[in-house]
Amino acid sequence: MIDASVAELRQALDARKVSATELAHLFLNRIDAHDAAIHAFITVDREGALAAAAAADERLARGERAPLLGIPFAHKDIFCTEGVRTTCGSKMLENFISPYDAHVVTLLKEAGAVSLGKLNLDEFAMGSSTETSYFGATHNPWRAGYVPGGSSGGSAAAVAARLVPLATGTDTGGSVRQPAAFCGITGIKPTYGTVSRYGMIAYASSCDQGGAFGASAQDCAALLEAMSGFDERDSTSLNRPAPQLRAALDAAPQDAARPLAGLRLGVPVEFFRDGLHPDVVRALGDARRQYEALGAQCVEISLEHAARLAIPAYYVLASAEASSNLSRYDGVRYGHRAADYDDLDSMYCNSRSEGFGAEVRRRILIGAYVLSHGYYDAYYLQAQRLRRLIAQDFRAAFERCDLIFAPVSPTPAWKIGEKADDPVAMYLADIHTLAVNLAGLPGLSHPCGFSEEGLPIGAQLIGPHFSEVRLLEVAHRFQQNTDWHCRRPVLSAA
Amino acid sequence: MSLSHADLRRLGRLAKLALDEHQLAALNTQLDNILHLVDEMQAVDTRDVAPMSHPLELTARLRADAPSEPDRRDAFQQVAPQAESGLYLVPKVIE
Repeated sequence: MIDASVAELRQALDARKVSATELAHLFLNRIDAHDAAIHAFITVDREGALAAAAAADERLARGERAPLLGIPFAHKDIFCTEGVRTTCGSKMLENFISPYDAHVVTLLKEAGAVSLGKLNLDEFAMGSSTETSYFGATHNPWRAGYVPGGSSGGSAAAVAARLVPLATGTDTGGSVRQPAAFCGITGIKPTYGTVSRYGMIAYASSCDQGGAFGASAQDCAALLEAMSGFDERDSTSLNRPAPQLRAALDAAPQDAARPLAGLRLGVPVEFFRDGLHPDVVRALGDARRQYEALGAQCVEISLEHAARLAIPAYYVLASAEASSNLSRYDGVRYGHRAADYDDLDSMYCNSRSEGFGAEVRRRILIGAYVLSHGYYDAYYLQAQRLRRLIAQDFRAAFERCDLIFAPVSPTPAWKIGEKADDPVAMYLADIHTLAVNLAGLPGLSHPCGFSEEGLPIGAQLIGPHFSEVRLLEVAHRFQQNTDWHCRRPVLSAA
Repeated sequence: MSLSHADLRRLGRLAKLALDEHQLAALNTQLDNILHLVDEMQAVDTRDVAPMSHPLELTARLRADAPSEPDRRDAFQQVAPQAESGLYLVPKVIE
């Protein structure tokens, strides 16, 4: 059961071979046995999980059938959950219990999915390694002492270690795709506006987007479908029907031997030019040949601005939006308040300095700088202009190809601590994921091999707006013909 | 572009962050390195390019100017560091 796909769990639950309560116990016991070493969870909600599982069992007993009814999962601790603390990986919110549920939380509750708790992340989702969490780093289940990626590192590690079959995440600059790659699982970030941001703690609002983690594209499709849909409480929520993802994947291809015949995969030359780890080059080359064997035709494309300017444009825009969004933490309405202060101003300053970690402080200061008088045009407006050039790169590319095939990260996972004191080195590692967020495009990461050291490597598929169905379908065809997504790390006994 | 300690203190004031001498020293190098990284974008001629703020170029949706949420003041104030009689308490600001 631990390694079962969501479809297999669904069948077992519907056939009453296993109850939702038994499944919840199975995975909770696994968390007890292994999470001390991995540290994927900030909060395990045993009581809530068993109550939700009992409710799911009642619905199942009444004959109700629904895609996620009784399926265990966990939330990235960035989604507000009423009655269960939501920390966002920060001392600022160490004791924060949200008075309301995020829209995604409401949808998954209604779907009958059983949340086992809240997963670790970089503080306020600012990071690429989950090391900036106030609650300590998460370890990569494939190798202790290595990062799981970030910011949704707890989500990716939990799914990879099969502490949960599914997990929610968010992706502002790669925070679903990169940890999925580092942990050897599948992750998808949909088109901006697909998943409501209501109750999803804000980092950079024009890039923030919820996403899904699972072992396979099929598992991700089940979760993303349940998370998506219009929500009038998010002003950027897209008022269009939620994509129907599962049905598209279940359909048999016309040509079973060449299921991807006719698919044009764009290969951005700049993303393969230099700076790639040799093991990433090898794994991506193998994946490309596999796609060609399935019938896809690879065409060279150029993403010149995206490759050269996404890092500066992103770190200006995201920091600016972060400095604005995080101004709400003032020690007055919620969150940490300093014990010592002289007046209102020092209460603000001390509360924020104590509550925020080093990376969050850095981004707030950079944001304050690029928005300040005299620098706004040169930094903020210039970055917004570059954002348009980057979006135009993609638009031009999609005239020549259907989807883009790219690396997720220049390297496999690195050692915990290796880049912790060098923010620029950490930012440079995001080169292959940031542009997708600036352009609001959907992107998917799926496993495609391993490094010499035995760490997973992922491939990225990027599509035009609203191409989630196609992205998942193409990854699914790949996974029907390969077994990288079936590999599991060997966990040491507790 | 290089930031002085005075620049950093000014940013700290703008962002309401108290920065001690030790933090200032570390931040100086780190923020300089970050600004050096982003300065790469100054070389691009963008005179004819309009700024882009929304990735799908959609404008914000409007709704009727009417209350849409119930009054949940008590629930919201339960998470406040200090609240009393429905009010948030802060240090005295008027002498």
